[in-house]
Amino acid sequence: MHKLGWLRVPLIGTYAFLYIPIAVLVVMSFNASKNPFTWTGFSTQWYSALFNNDLIRQGFVNTMIVAVGATILATILGTLLAIGVARYFRSTVVEAYSLAPAIIPDLVLAIGLLAFFSLIGVTLSLFSVLLAHVVFGMAFVAAVVIARIGQTDSSLEEASRDLGASAFTTFFRITLPSLAPGIIAGALLVFTLSLDEFVVTYFTNGPTTPTLPIVIYSMVRFGVTPEINALAALLLLVSFTIVISAQRITRLTDSV
Amino acid sequence: MTLETPLLTITGVSKAYGDVVALDNVSLNIRQNEFFALLGPSGCGKTTLLRSIAGFEDPDVGSISILGPDSSTPINLLALPPNKRPVNLMFQSYALFPHMNVRKNIMYGLQREGLSKEEIAQRVEEVLVTTGLTDKASVRPAQLSGGQRQRVALARAIVKRPRLLLLDEPLSALDRKVRAEMQIELKRLQHEVGITFVVVTHDQEEAMSMADRIAVMHEGRVQQIADPVTLYAQPANVFVADFIGSGSLLHGTASESSFSAYGSTFPCHNPDHISGGAVLVLRPEDVRVTGVTSTDNPLLVGTIIETHFYGGSSSTSVRVPEVEDVIVASHPGAPQHHVGDQVGLSWDPQTAVLLQVHP
Repeated sequence: MHKLGWLRVPLIGTYAFLYIPIAVLVVMSFNASKNPFTWTGFSTQWYSALFNNDLIRQGFVNTMIVAVGATILATILGTLLAIGVARYFRSTVVEAYSLAPAIIPDLVLAIGLLAFFSLIGVTLSLFSVLLAHVVFGMAFVAAVVIARIGQTDSSLEEASRDLGASAFTTFFRITLPSLAPGIIAGALLVFTLSLDEFVVTYFTNGPTTPTLPIVIYSMVRFGVTPEINALAALLLLVSFTIVISAQRITRLTDSV
Repeated sequence: MTLETPLLTITGVSKAYGDVVALDNVSLNIRQNEFFALLGPSGCGKTTLLRSIAGFEDPDVGSISILGPDSSTPINLLALPPNKRPVNLMFQSYALFPHMNVRKNIMYGLQREGLSKEEIAQRVEEVLVTTGLTDKASVRPAQLSGGQRQRVALARAIVKRPRLLLLDEPLSALDRKVRAEMQIELKRLQHEVGITFVVVTHDQEEAMSMADRIAVMHEGRVQQIADPVTLYAQPANVFVADFIGSGSLLHGTASESSFSAYGSTFPCHNPDHISGGAVLVLRPEDVRVTGVTSTDNPLLVGTIIETHFYGGSSSTSVRVPEVEDVIVASHPGAPQHHVGDQVGLSWDPQTAVLLQVHP
C-alpha cells in the first residue's frame, strides 16, 4: 500500500463532489417545508404523498413491467450470446460487436431504435420500450458472462460428457450453474439500468404509458418538489442495494 | 504367457492441425489390468492420443477399439460420443464441479447411468472409503488441498468402473512431497480396483516408477514401447536413450568392434552390427572415475567440475575437453575427488549401449 500524503486533498474533494448532491437530496426528502431549499424540520410526509400520487404509482408500475420483462429477456439472450461468442469465435471483432450496444451513446441507440420500430411498423408502447431495453441489457449481460466464462475451467463440460452426461444435461447441470454468478450479476445490472433509463425510453415510448423517469422529468419541469426528492431517495436505495449485491455475488465466486 | 487379446487396440492413428502433425501413424496395444504410461516431452502428441481415446479429439485416420464387456467382440470407440464410451478421463485440472460438494461430484456420473438410489449411495460410500475421503464428503472442492482434489477426481472416475481409466498428467498439479505419496497411492488403487490405467506424463521418473509398460513418444510418433527396465537398458534409438534416465552421449563412428570419437578409439559391444554414425550411451552407474596414469588405463581424461553427495551415494561430473556432454559418474559413498582434479574415466564396454544415428 502506498502512502496517500497530500493526495488526500483531491481525494476528499472528488468524493465530496460526487456525494454532496446526493446527500443533500436525501436529507431534503425528509424536510417538512414545501420549499425544497430551506430546512424547517423532520418529516416523512413526502414519502406518504408519494404513495398517494396516482401518476407516480402508474409510472412505477410501468417501470417495473419494463424492468422485469427486459431483465428476463436480456438475461436469457445475453447468456446465450456470451456462450456462443466465447465458445465458437476466437475473434475479438465478433465479441466487440456483441458488446457494442452497451457502449454506443444512448441517443444514437434511441434514434436508431425509433427509426427501426417505425420502419417495421411497431406501435410505440411499453412493449417497444421493453424491446429497446433488451437491446442494451443483453450486451451488458453478455459482457459480464463472457468475463465469467474466461474464469471458468473449460474442461468442466468435457468432464461432464466424460462421466456420461448428454450435451443437454451438461448445459443445464454444469454450464449454467458454473456461470450462475455472472448471470445473476448481469441480470441485476440490467434491472438497475432499466429502472432509470431515460433517453432510450423517451424515444421509444408511446404517449399513454410513462415510466417513472419520464414522470419525474415532467414533474421537475414545474420545479423540484420534496416529493421528487423522496422518490429519488427511494430509487437510490433500490439501485444501491442491487449494485452492492451484484458485486458481492461476483466477488464471492471469484474465490472459487 | 498366453497370447491374450489386448483391451485397447490403436491402429494407424494420425491427426494433424493444419500443418502441425500431432499424431503420426500411432499403433499400440494396451493389455488388461496394466498400468500403461504415455511418456514424452510437451507437444509430442501424448495428450492428443489420450483425448482421442476419450472422445474429445477426432483422429483423421486410424482406428481405436476396445474389448466389449463380454471380452469377445471389440467395440469401435471412434463411432461413439464421449458420454457413451466405456472409458473415463481424469483431467489435468481435475475439472471438479465447483458448485457441487465431493459426494455430489462423485455421484454425478452414476446418476447419468440411471442406477437406483440405493446402488448409487452404496457405490459412492465404497469409493469414499477407498480414497479416504469419507470425512470430506460434504465439502466443496474449493476447500480441499491439491492432493484431496486429485483423490476426488480419481474417485469420480473409478466409481464409474470404466474398462479403462485415462489420467492426464495426474500428478503435475501437486507439490513434490504429495506427488511421491500419490504415486504410491495411484499404484495401490490400480491394484485394488483392477482397472486398466493409461497415464500421460512428461516426467520420466514418474512413468518409470509407476508404469508396467511405457510408450515413449516424440513428434507424434511412438519411439519405443517397453517395460521401464528395457527402456533404460536397451533404448531403441538416440531420442529414447537421451530422454530416459540420465546419461552422457558420445557421438562418433562405429565399426564391428570399436567406436571412434574425438580422435580416440574405444572398445565396444556391438551386437546389432552397427556401422557408420553412432552414439555411445554412458549411464552414470557404469562410469568409473580413475587416476590418469597409464596403469589406470583411462579411456577419457577430464577435469571435475562438480561433485554431489546424496547421503548414500555421490555423483561426479567431469568435463572432457573434446566431448560436448558433461560425463557424470555415480558411485556409492562419499565423493573421493575434489572439484578441479584431473581424473580418468573408464567403463566396461559390455555395459555401454551403442546406437545407430539415422541421418
